[in-house]
Amino acid sequence: MATALETTPLNGGPADETAALKSVEINKYDFRTDAPAVFKARKGIDAEIVAQISEMKGEPAWMREFRLEAFKIFESKPMPKWGGRLGIDFQDIYYYLKPTEHQGKTWDDVPDAIKETFDRLGIPQAERQFLAGVKAQFESEVVYGSLQEDLAKKGVIFTDTDTAVREHADLLREYFGTVIPPSDNKFAALNSAVWSGGSFIYVPKGVSIEFPLQAYFRINAENMGQFERTLIIVDEGAHVHYVEGCTAPMYSSESLHSAVVEILVKRGGRCRYTTIQNWANNIYNLVTKRAMAYADATMEWIDGNLGSQLTMKYPAVYMMEPGARGEILSIAFASAGQHQDAGAKLVHAAPNTSGRIVSKSISKNGGRASYRGLVKVEPGATGSRSSVVCDALILDEHSRSDTYPYIEIEEQDVSIGHEASVSKIGEEQLFYLMSRGLTEAEASTMIVGGFIEPLVKELPMEYAVEMNKLIQLQMEGSVG
Amino acid sequence: MERLVIRGLHVAVEGQEILKGVDLEIGRGEVHALMGPNGSGKSTLGYAIMGHPAYEVTSGTIELVAADGTRRDVLAMEPDERARAGIFLAFQRPMAIPGVRLADFLRHSVTNVRNPDRKEGEELMPMREFRAELKAKMAELSMDPDFARRYVNDGFSGGEMKRAEILQLAMLRPGFAILDETDSGLDADAVRLASESIAKIGGAEMGILIITHHEQLLEHNVPLRTHVMLGGRIVESGGPELAAELHKKGYERIRAAYPDAAAAERAMEDAAGVAGRAVPAGAGA
Repeated sequence: MATALETTPLNGGPADETAALKSVEINKYDFRTDAPAVFKARKGIDAEIVAQISEMKGEPAWMREFRLEAFKIFESKPMPKWGGRLGIDFQDIYYYLKPTEHQGKTWDDVPDAIKETFDRLGIPQAERQFLAGVKAQFESEVVYGSLQEDLAKKGVIFTDTDTAVREHADLLREYFGTVIPPSDNKFAALNSAVWSGGSFIYVPKGVSIEFPLQAYFRINAENMGQFERTLIIVDEGAHVHYVEGCTAPMYSSESLHSAVVEILVKRGGRCRYTTIQNWANNIYNLVTKRAMAYADATMEWIDGNLGSQLTMKYPAVYMMEPGARGEILSIAFASAGQHQDAGAKLVHAAPNTSGRIVSKSISKNGGRASYRGLVKVEPGATGSRSSVVCDALILDEHSRSDTYPYIEIEEQDVSIGHEASVSKIGEEQLFYLMSRGLTEAEASTMIVGGFIEPLVKELPMEYAVEMNKLIQLQMEGSVG
Repeated sequence: MERLVIRGLHVAVEGQEILKGVDLEIGRGEVHALMGPNGSGKSTLGYAIMGHPAYEVTSGTIELVAADGTRRDVLAMEPDERARAGIFLAFQRPMAIPGVRLADFLRHSVTNVRNPDRKEGEELMPMREFRAELKAKMAELSMDPDFARRYVNDGFSGGEMKRAEILQLAMLRPGFAILDETDSGLDADAVRLASESIAKIGGAEMGILIITHHEQLLEHNVPLRTHVMLGGRIVESGGPELAAELHKKGYERIRAAYPDAAAAERAMEDAAGVAGRAVPAGAGA
């Protein structure tokens, strides 16, 4: 199945001619605290910086070599020509910061300035009420981590990836970089070279985790890249739901976020990965997310993208063995100065595999939302079924929505469906709601909320509430 | 008692004049029937009172006049302000709002209408209180409580849409309700149920304008006045006996008695034939 590992470039998208507008939107998460960074590598990237990052982390030789090799690949690869407009100066970015000397073992150990940031994000409360384990990444390292004892007793590993390199070296090394090799794309190579933080999760055979595991992290240093690296291994018959949420403060200069998320779901296992990302308007959010689902395993991506200057993200499920199932639900909200180039990839690499993509996008105030998706059926994947539904809602005449669905079928006897719709908020819908006493803004927000409801109802409750709040914030002042 | 007062109302849609000088006055607690052939302008009057942006008032006034003589200019209000001032329109063809549950929509709506000064983002009516009231109202109207969990008008049958409109009327308890062909598309039993429901909801506090082709909806809602619209004007008004006459004999006598209005009706039909639909989709006519 080596072919399935190769990059599947989504070529063919027209270059984005739209100049990225610098817009200023007040964001409730737009605050920063003065947490001193203890170590800060100099700006820019070269082999020396990459080696220095590895040294600072006290990594084994194999990881240092992995990083240096990835850096060579990064240098050799051209920038993608499709998708959105990338104006990144790689030498004007900090690639590594370490905010505290040691990782916090308990909440009391976490520095006050960092606590304040999390307080304002509601993390401690969220933890008390909902969390099994918190991995909150502050700048480039996880500063606080906790894991409920019963999880540990079951043999579940939930830690930051740096710790996993030290403490779970054999397990990590077996899978690290196998789902998304550095050669996959330029940004996967960059992440492989300079990665820091992220989550490492191993769920042993037959273990089912009933509550969602959550990670909360944010960027908090000007000109600072964030390159977390997550690896999740769901062993046979195991079950996990991982939730990742991001909010970022707003800065005037460009900032790059380029994560890699690798997931393996073994026979009969089940994994759901839920993300809500709300980036500041200056962030480039270029993320590679891919899962391998083996026999009768199920992988679900639920992906909500708000904010950022440009997001390019196409969560993928490679269905490697018969009976595998992949599902990708995504919401993109593009406002002024924002381009969401988001979508999904389903690769049917074995017979009787099934997949579903549901994508909803909203664009307003000149924002641009693109759906870019791939459904690929490889030779031999008979009896495979996939359906793609993408709906776009455009809130005004300045905004834009595009759909780039790619379908590659190399097998007979398969069933692939594709539906797309583009709609505008109708005057009649607005009038109907307003005739019942809702203001125009309330009516628009309600219509948008209804549009994304089929996806929001899939979110854990507190995330559904947050998603609705974020949508409300995005909608404020959008009409008038 | 407060009165809804309409004087000399002219309304155009996409440049074509539909209403050509309408005078109508409804007091709280009164039931009026508005009848007339298709295309005579009945629904246009409803939309103009509610403030549909496609219905341009070219001249005339719509005012709410309080018992002490205080006047409020309805035409200066946005549709949501009109709702908060106590005006309600039951739509002939209400819009579907996919993904929005009827109960959630109604809670927001009830909150705004009962607190006209509420600002965006302020607290909604407490959930528990709202649910109790909704449940009681649905029981009164013999509605299944699960109905409120469905998405607003999404996939509703014609009858379900009309019942949802009546439920909203019951919850919002407006000062003035315009019911635009709430009987259309319903079978005889459903019309009777609608008629009874409206009678239950109305009362001394509510002025009702029932737009209908049929007499049946009036069965439990005996109109104080019946008005006949033809060619964009109210040409004749009378008591309940007028509704009965129109139901039995049709509009021939009216057309013969008001040849100018009948001519205007034909001209409007011709123009509509040339221009395609003269009114926006979903607006009725």
